[in-house]
Amino acid sequence: MSKKIADATIPTIPLAARFQRWFGRNLIRVYMVFAFTYLFIPVAYTFAFSFNDSGKSNLIWKGFTLDNWKNPCGAPEVCNALANSIKIGLLATIFSTILGTMIAFAIGRHKFKGRSTSNLLIFLPMATPEIVLGASLLSLFLVFKINPGFWPTVIAHVMFCISFVVVTVKARIASLDPRLEQAAMDLYANEFQTFRRVTLPLVAPGIAGAALLAFSLSFDDFIITNFNSGTVITFPKFVYTAAARGIPAQANVIGSGMFFLALAIVIAGQFVNRRKAR
Amino acid sequence: MSFDASSARGDLILTRITKEYGDFKAVDDLSLTIPKGSFFALLGPSGCGKTTTLRMIAGLEEPTVGSIHLGQTDITTTKPYQRPINTVFQNYALFPHLTIFENIAFGLRRRGIKDVDAEVNKVLNLVELPHLAGRKPTQLSGGQQQRIALARAIVNRPALLLLDEPLGALDLKLRRQMQIELKWIQKEVGLTFVHVTHDQEEAMTMADTIAVMNEGKIEQMGSPADLYDDPETAFVANFLGQSNLIKGTISGNDGDSLIADVFGQKISLPKNRSHAVDNSIYVGIRPEKFRISLLNTPVNGNVLSGGRIEDVSYIGVSTQYQVEMPWGQELIVFEQNDDGVAPFNKGDAVNISWAPVFTFALRGDEDVTAGSEVNPEDLDEE
Repeated sequence: MSKKIADATIPTIPLAARFQRWFGRNLIRVYMVFAFTYLFIPVAYTFAFSFNDSGKSNLIWKGFTLDNWKNPCGAPEVCNALANSIKIGLLATIFSTILGTMIAFAIGRHKFKGRSTSNLLIFLPMATPEIVLGASLLSLFLVFKINPGFWPTVIAHVMFCISFVVVTVKARIASLDPRLEQAAMDLYANEFQTFRRVTLPLVAPGIAGAALLAFSLSFDDFIITNFNSGTVITFPKFVYTAAARGIPAQANVIGSGMFFLALAIVIAGQFVNRRKAR
Repeated sequence: MSFDASSARGDLILTRITKEYGDFKAVDDLSLTIPKGSFFALLGPSGCGKTTTLRMIAGLEEPTVGSIHLGQTDITTTKPYQRPINTVFQNYALFPHLTIFENIAFGLRRRGIKDVDAEVNKVLNLVELPHLAGRKPTQLSGGQQQRIALARAIVNRPALLLLDEPLGALDLKLRRQMQIELKWIQKEVGLTFVHVTHDQEEAMTMADTIAVMNEGKIEQMGSPADLYDDPETAFVANFLGQSNLIKGTISGNDGDSLIADVFGQKISLPKNRSHAVDNSIYVGIRPEKFRISLLNTPVNGNVLSGGRIEDVSYIGVSTQYQVEMPWGQELIVFEQNDDGVAPFNKGDAVNISWAPVFTFALRGDEDVTAGSEVNPEDLDEE
């Protein structure tokens, strides 16, 4: 039949149409560049000013130095505040993840009276303004003659983290095929073995995500903490108080450090996932 | 109790099982014995209760009333993991986080079997997929997943293997291949297979015994040939293949035969193939048992005359005719194309004849459309 068509007869596409096509294809990339610029300028700023030879106030660029990174605890109280935040964050994460996961299983897997109500109520702490939560928690603690401090702060953090844990884990449970658990039971696994060998491993990514979310929520909470922590200084509280007289560059160092830690965890998570899917 | 149940062997006996969901009876007073070593099929349309029955045997549902015995052991209320019964689930339900090897080893490990490696490799060889041991289920094709699901169940050598629409997700060609393979594996391992399906061809290809279920009850049970040749109800006649059902009246007796009047024409049928309770009957004949002849050709056996060919469909091995009879009914006739091209044309005036032994009779008060309006392709039973 027909042989190869001579080159001259191949129709050419007009330049304008070609540009339009290129633009159409790359619009999403252009948009992406703008979106990420918007998102990352504050982070970049924080990171850049962690190298500022700032002296007292870290508002104006005065010159490059590594001193802040060499001595992140240089500013008075900053590392004490950081340690408090990490302690509170870890405790809040552990308790809220355990409790929230249990609630998620109850709501996601069992039919009981009041299930849809609890499903709705679990959203309530997320929807309530933090300022209201913080203030009412404080008055609640005072009614029970508990002074604000470390443990009341942990209790408050567990409370507002639970909702997020429940929502995250529940989504994972909902995507779990119940036939997998039936198959496990069919293959001689009792209830506990089924949970341990099948249910838990499959829900684990959701639980891990929920724990990370809980930690980051707790770590940077200011409003509720401010009401309930009394004399305990957390990192956000430290930054807030310091802002009045000038935030030390060490705050930028710690902020940047947390950012890179989070980034590392996300990348590691992706890496593990990809290896699992291999 | 659990240890007695897990070592139980023998026939599976369901006694007067009923399963109710609120007001709805999914299974209605069903009794059934499945002999040890057989390939048994529960066949029926969506919602007939076959999957519920299977789940009660597996222990995933508990009957409202009735009992289930495996040999001498009552397993009605035992947990799924206490029964020597394994299931091949509809969508395989392979554990996505475990390798193929660990999927198959799952049951062995739970029972504390020592030589897991040897057992798993043996069954992987049986399903001819030993090279996939290290993969994850998502990396396998549908057909491969199907075989692994089977391997995961038979590696435990259960007293009973349940298959819930196991081939439903495969394409037609693969399904045919797997039907033959499954039957071969059943012979090879010698286990009792209970197979649930809505595909009558699949049930007939594989099973020794088929129980046709409808609305929570068993309509009829028997070998594929028995069910096809001598259906007892309109539902079975229509659900297994196609049937021509013609209204008639029993008008006399002739030795082992009954004489029936069909719109003024006399035909005969064997007495033992009549399932009618009084003189009002439906005469049933399978389409391939009919012969077509031109009006003046002499023929033997039962004859219904006065037909006119309404439609001719050539389908390679056979030709399908629709013949309109004087009383307005269209009969379906399949003729083999062993002499080449179909010899009759649209509009031809013809007689229809058949050997009397192929005739069956159903009760005259039956719903002649029962079982015929079900399109198995639309069904997706949960």
